[in-house]
Order: sequence, then structure tokens, then C-alpha cells
Amino acid sequence: MRNVLFLIQKEFIQIVRDKTMLPIILIIPFVQLIILVYAATFDMKNIDMVVIDMDMSSMSRKLISKFEGSPFFRVNKSTFNLKEANDEMTKDRADLILQIPADFEKDLLTGGKAPVQLLVNAINSTAAGLTNAYSNYVIADFNKNIIAENVNYIAPAHVQMIDVSYRFWYNQSLDYKIYMLSGILVILVTIIGAFLTAINIVREKEMGTIEQINVTPIIKYQFIMGKLIPFWVIALLELAFGLTLGKIMFNVPMLGSLWLLFGFAAVYLLVALGFGLLVSTLASNQQQVMFIIFFFLLTFILMSGIFTPVESMPEWAKHVNIVNPFAYFMRVIRMILLKGSGFSDIAKEFYSLLIYGIILLSLAVWRYRKKV
Amino acid sequence: MKTKFNNSIIKVEDLVKKFGNFTANDHLTFEVKEGEIFGFLGANGAGKTTAIKILCGLSVPTSGKVEVAGYDVYRQTNQIKRNIGYMSQKFSLYENLTIKENIRFFAGIYGMSRKDIRIRLEELLDRLKIENLKNELIASLPLGWKQKLAFSVAIFHKPKIVFLDEPTGGVDPITRRQFWDMIYEAANNGITVFVTTHYMDEAEYCNRVSIMVDGRIEALDRPQELKKTYHVDSMNEVFLKLARVKN
Repeated sequence: MRNVLFLIQKEFIQIVRDKTMLPIILIIPFVQLIILVYAATFDMKNIDMVVIDMDMSSMSRKLISKFEGSPFFRVNKSTFNLKEANDEMTKDRADLILQIPADFEKDLLTGGKAPVQLLVNAINSTAAGLTNAYSNYVIADFNKNIIAENVNYIAPAHVQMIDVSYRFWYNQSLDYKIYMLSGILVILVTIIGAFLTAINIVREKEMGTIEQINVTPIIKYQFIMGKLIPFWVIALLELAFGLTLGKIMFNVPMLGSLWLLFGFAAVYLLVALGFGLLVSTLASNQQQVMFIIFFFLLTFILMSGIFTPVESMPEWAKHVNIVNPFAYFMRVIRMILLKGSGFSDIAKEFYSLLIYGIILLSLAVWRYRKKV
Repeated sequence: MKTKFNNSIIKVEDLVKKFGNFTANDHLTFEVKEGEIFGFLGANGAGKTTAIKILCGLSVPTSGKVEVAGYDVYRQTNQIKRNIGYMSQKFSLYENLTIKENIRFFAGIYGMSRKDIRIRLEELLDRLKIENLKNELIASLPLGWKQKLAFSVAIFHKPKIVFLDEPTGGVDPITRRQFWDMIYEAANNGITVFVTTHYMDEAEYCNRVSIMVDGRIEALDRPQELKKTYHVDSMNEVFLKLARVKN
């Protein structure tokens, strides 16, 4: 076992000495957290809207000012012409058209239905859904006020409606950044871990130094361990670094135990690095490694639930996610950080990944050939 | 001379290695005696490297019987590896590690203790007079020095046999001479040396040589005997005669 220590020592010396490696390890998390967390957000603010107010009444103006008063909408243009409003949308200067028909106020006050029309730009369906939801929220609020102002004093008893009040748990201010940040941490440690390990062994193949190792009596699993441990340590440090940045820059909540998080990450990384090691035993040059890892990372990341909830994916996609290590850690890191889940809550994921990791590492040991 | 080398340390019988339809080693049979310097000659592509990789346990033969240091090459590669050193054609020390780090790493993988490594490292640096270079990166050294160090690393764990695959490729004649001094020194310390080369002048330095042409061993004897048999003055002419007969 002593020879594994020599291997680990050698890897660390090489990593520290490599002038490009340290910047990569330190700068990547910084860039990813700053750029991705701010950019890849679904928070919708300042949705551009055009208003067609055919009524020009105090009620219609009240509704419009309700929209303007909310942080989500910005009225860019008022017109009486639907075509003109459409043009705004075609030119991508508006994402929402609110059309208030004539007689809006009259219908409203006589107790009839007073319809308004909302036209939403649905090129991005998620954004459209949110726009629609926000609009309905504003209109519902407007309705409530109308009832309160116009009906209340006549028959107070009738306003005893069901009061639906919203409370958003675990992320009360609906801050999407916190949700993104935890997801990006997962990607961060995986990319660092899987890429570094995969490229490492292939580079030894390219340089020819692997042959010098293959001619020594080192046992295959010892070699794999010697390659695994250094990058496992680096990836865990990377997670600590990323969490620290997240705390300082975004004040990400840490409700659960950090020990639990790191314990889970340690097991998760066996899978991520085992995958990298397996790829590197199969590939013969860095180009192949890049292609294989890129393909799997891209697929797995998109399916992991970082942007879209896994629950809303089709059944087959959920099945694919059984082999997607990202999906496990993506779920668990959010559970631990944002909900304060304990070990019993994540035990299933923990043991699944442990078995997964052992399988991948065994495959890597088996596939690593000292002979041709 | 003949009484000096008695025990066979490498035994090869009917070794065949095929890659698809191509036969790289065609029924090789030879023995290497303990303590000798055995030259394994042949043109580029004659099958030298293939054979040496089989002897080192890096490649599995298609058929035939091969024993190295008393161990079977099919089943006991790890025991073989414990008893041999290997220096490949492709230079294979880590360029971004220092002399000291390279030696410590490889010695460590062979299972030597840190104390033994330290002691023997001091000896080596002293013998090569490179105490002042020990913390230099390999990348900064001239090729000749790299080769000498690669050889020193290959015999650092005191193996019974050292395999050298074209160790002097691309270095100047003076360095080649110095390199052969190191080979003699290793042989004097009881290490059997198995060396491939296509420099025929180097063949003269060996105790016995075999000459491979197109995957077969065409001749095997002491250099002076070979020259006598083929009625020529140099190994170069022996080689040309053999290669010409073939083609």
C-alpha cells in the first residue's frame, strides 16, 4: 500500500507545478458562480408590455396602473391599434399585449363579465408561462380590490371569501439564484473531478510514461487508487471553495449539516471520478476523452434537473436519470442546503451512489490494461 | 568466457507473436545467461520491441514458452516485474518532475522504503556527479543526461535483469560511449543486460548477440565468432550479409 502514497505524492507535485492547473482550479468556480448564477436565472423582471386601452375609463386606468406598479411589468407603449401592438411584439420590443375592450368599466360595474385579452409571446414557453401567471396574479388582485371597493359596503357578509394565502417554503423570497447556485456547485465539482482524472491517465499514455509504470509490479487497483485520491481531495476542496464563495456572494442558506453534505459529496465523487477513470482507460488520447466526457456531461447536466424539475420530465427521462449521477447530487445538495434534510432523508440516494461508484471503479480497474 | 555464464535467466522457446495476419515474432528460440550482456539486433521493424515487451510482461505472446528470471510470462508477470528493470525506446521519465522526484517515485512504486531510497539516491548522485542537479526538472536536461538517468532509474531497485530498448537512440558518440560504461558497470554488479540496438558498433560491446531479420533470429553467437563464420571484419558487414541474403 505504501506505493500508493508515492503515486499520490507524485500527482500532487505535478498538479502544483503545472502552471495552468491551479488557475483552472481557482478561477473556474469564480467565473461559473458569478456568470451562471446571475445569467441563468428565471426571475422575470421588467416584462415589456403594450397596452390597448379602448375603454379609457378610470377602471381601465386602474388596471393598467396595477400592472405598472408591479415589479414585473413595464408599459412601453399605449396604442389603440392591435396591428401596431403586434408589430412591437414581432420586433421583440414587447412580450405581452393587454387589450381592454370598450365598455370594460360599464360591464364591470353592472356586475356582468368584463373580459380583457392577454397576448403573450411564447417563444420561450417557460417565460411565457411565468408572464401569464404574473399577469393573472395582477388581475386577480385587481378583482379583489374591485369587490372590496364596490361590493363591500353594500353587503359585507358576501366578501367572506376563501382567503388563499401563499407562503413559499425553503426559499421564501423566490430567489432563483439560491436554487441555481446549488446546482452549479454540483456541475463545478463534477467537471473538475471527472475531467482532471480522465485527462490525467490519458496524458500519461500520450507521454509514454504509463509504460514505465506498467512494467513495475504495481497492482491495478493500487494504480487506480493513486489516481483517484488526489483528484477526489481536490474536488472536495473545490466544493468547499465554491460553498464559501456562495456564502459570501449570495448568502446561500446552509440549513442542513455541512458534514452530511461533504459526506454525500465524497460518495458522489467516487461516481464522478470513477466515470472519468473509466473513460481514460478506454480512450487513447485527450481528444477522445474530451468528446466522450463532453457528450455525457451535456446530456446528464440537461437531464439533471438543474434548470427544469425532474418531476415534470416524461417517464422514460426519469428512468434515464437512474444512471445520471448529477440528478442525485442535484436533488440532495438542495435538500441539505435549502431544506435542512438529514441523513435519513437522503439515505436512498447515498446508498445508490455508493453502489454506483463501486461499480464504476471496479470497471475502471478491470479495464485498465497493464498489457496489450 | 564460457564458464562464466552458466545459468539461463531467460528461456524462450518457439515464441510466436502475431498481430492479425502479420507475424512480428516468428518462432524465436534463445536463452540468455545470467550476468551477460545480450545484444538483440535487427533493423527497424524486425520485431525487437515486440519481443522485449513480451519478456517484460507488457504484451502476451500468441504461443510459445517464455520464462524470465524463473517465472512464466503467461501467469507470473508480477513476479517478473519485481525482478526486472525496463527502459523504453520512448523516453519515459516525467519531464515536470525533478531528478530526485522521478527516482523517488519509481523506487517507491517498486516498494522500496524511503530510507533505502534516500541512501541509494545519495550514492547515485555522487557516482554520476550530479548532486547539484538533483532539483532540476528533467525537461531542462540535455537528451544524453535524460537517457543516463532513465537507465539509472531502470536499475535503481537492483533488478536481476534490465531490458534496454534502443537506449542510445539520438545521442552523440561520446554520450553513447559513456552510456556503455554504465552498462558495463551494471553488468559487473551482476545485472543481466538485454539490449536492443541497430548501431552495429554497439554490438561489438556485447557478450553475445542475436540478429533478427523479419521476425526471425538469423544468427546468434559471440561477435567474434559471427565475424569468423561470415568471414568479415565488422558486425556491420555481418548484419548486411544476413539482411541481403534475406532480401
